[in-house]
Amino acid sequence: MHLTKKEKDLLQGSEGKGIQRAMEILSALGEIYAAEKLIPVESVQVSGVSFKNLGDAGLEFLKDWAETGVKARVKAFLNPAGMDLRDWRRLGFPEEFAVKQLRIIDNLKRMDLELTCTCTPYLAGNKPRLGEHIAWSESSAVSYANSVLGARTNRESGISALSSALTGLTPEYGFHLDMNRKADYVVDVSSSLKSASDYSALGYMVGKRVGGGIPYFRGLSNPSADELKSLGAAMAASGSVAMYHVENVTPEANPDSIKKDAPVLEINDLAKGYSELNSKTRVIDLVSIGCPHASMEELQEIASLLEGERVNTTLWITTSRYVKQKAEDSGLLDRIQGSGAVVVSDTCMVVAPVEDLGFKSMATNSGKMAFYVPSHCGLKVRFGSLRQCINSALTGRWEP
Amino acid sequence: MGALREYKVRVIRTGFAQGTALKSDEPISFFGCVDPETGVVVEKDHPLEGESIKDRILVFPEGKGSTVGSYSLYRMKKNNTAPRAIINRLCEPIVAVGAIISDIPCVDGIDISKINSGDKIIIREGVVFVNEDE
Repeated sequence: MHLTKKEKDLLQGSEGKGIQRAMEILSALGEIYAAEKLIPVESVQVSGVSFKNLGDAGLEFLKDWAETGVKARVKAFLNPAGMDLRDWRRLGFPEEFAVKQLRIIDNLKRMDLELTCTCTPYLAGNKPRLGEHIAWSESSAVSYANSVLGARTNRESGISALSSALTGLTPEYGFHLDMNRKADYVVDVSSSLKSASDYSALGYMVGKRVGGGIPYFRGLSNPSADELKSLGAAMAASGSVAMYHVENVTPEANPDSIKKDAPVLEINDLAKGYSELNSKTRVIDLVSIGCPHASMEELQEIASLLEGERVNTTLWITTSRYVKQKAEDSGLLDRIQGSGAVVVSDTCMVVAPVEDLGFKSMATNSGKMAFYVPSHCGLKVRFGSLRQCINSALTGRWEP
Repeated sequence: MGALREYKVRVIRTGFAQGTALKSDEPISFFGCVDPETGVVVEKDHPLEGESIKDRILVFPEGKGSTVGSYSLYRMKKNNTAPRAIINRLCEPIVAVGAIISDIPCVDGIDISKINSGDKIIIREGVVFVNEDE
């Protein structure tokens, strides 16, 4: 990989050990992926924030890196942490976990990362433009940025994204290059999709089929931003899809963006997706909405479903601090929380220690959540529409 | 003395290392597969199960598993349970990043069938020297 004079100097330690380490990481990755050069990025999103994932080893590493005095050189957001950073005590997060989690956050703050812990930076004040190069790591955010916004990012790891934050650079390979953004599969969808959970079920089924490939969807009519968010998140969970096209919808979808001889998959029924993501549990003790983090539109829909109702089991709606603040300012937050539901920020039930909070079963409208929670947290899951999930919050039971 | 052979390799993390090879034909994850307190491989039915990777020249085809593995390697280095160096057939990012942050010499691009556990190894400036164990 070609490095400029300045980059070589950084690699030799001209500006200290912290940034030298970041350059070492980026140049090794550039070599491994045969990048020709490093390119500047406009923004970064760093995963590996929850203590549940990082453990003591990760905490120690971040502390040592922060102690070098190195600082972020571009706008850098964080992925969700393992708990609501302000409200953890009231929500019942264990003290021991919280102490470690707050230490992680402190070290990231010392490196000047912005404490916006969200998987939807594009809903929280950082919406990349078409063609913009970025280095993001949360899989659903990567998918949304590449596909819906037409920005360009690989699926970064927490450490490579942090290296990009500290240098403002990323190796130019993979999704940064035009030739790697063409579809490997065509997916013809003939079922009619009505909700975000339908898009989740579709995403789950397609992700399993295409693995790390790029699908090109035909037959989807006017999906909303929230539905695309759910589709991409599920595909990035059951597969490792970092980009997709939707005909007449996403900015880079056109007949030329399909590879020659791309196989055609047909989806005419979502029942298989729904059944594979559902356990048989009838009792629900946690309802989790907001994976990926809820938008204002979703909060509005939730508020109307909860109007005049009272929840009978725990209902947590996860979102970014940014959206939560907007909801508070507009009075939406009070309308939702008046029912007994709780709007939680900075975290997500995939990376929170939910198994330690005493929950045994969960209902969700997210295919991604339904995919991860049984293995990551050991809870039994029910997966269905938002209306079904809200109903189960009112009754504590799952009604098919 | 066995035959001394040398192989040109790609350097992922520079550095000099000398030691005894420990080889796995299966991929390794440093997260979950190895106990960071002791350096002993704990993954069930792994070919190296029960062996300690501490201070060995660890030879394996490639990394696998969670990206947290990079941090686990760092932890082992601090606990003095890390391997002295890593030789891969094809290094992937989890191992590469782990080796860099932990200052563990790491190379790839070598036919690892040429190395066996017990061989004496020297790694220096893009060359791996192998002295067969007898």
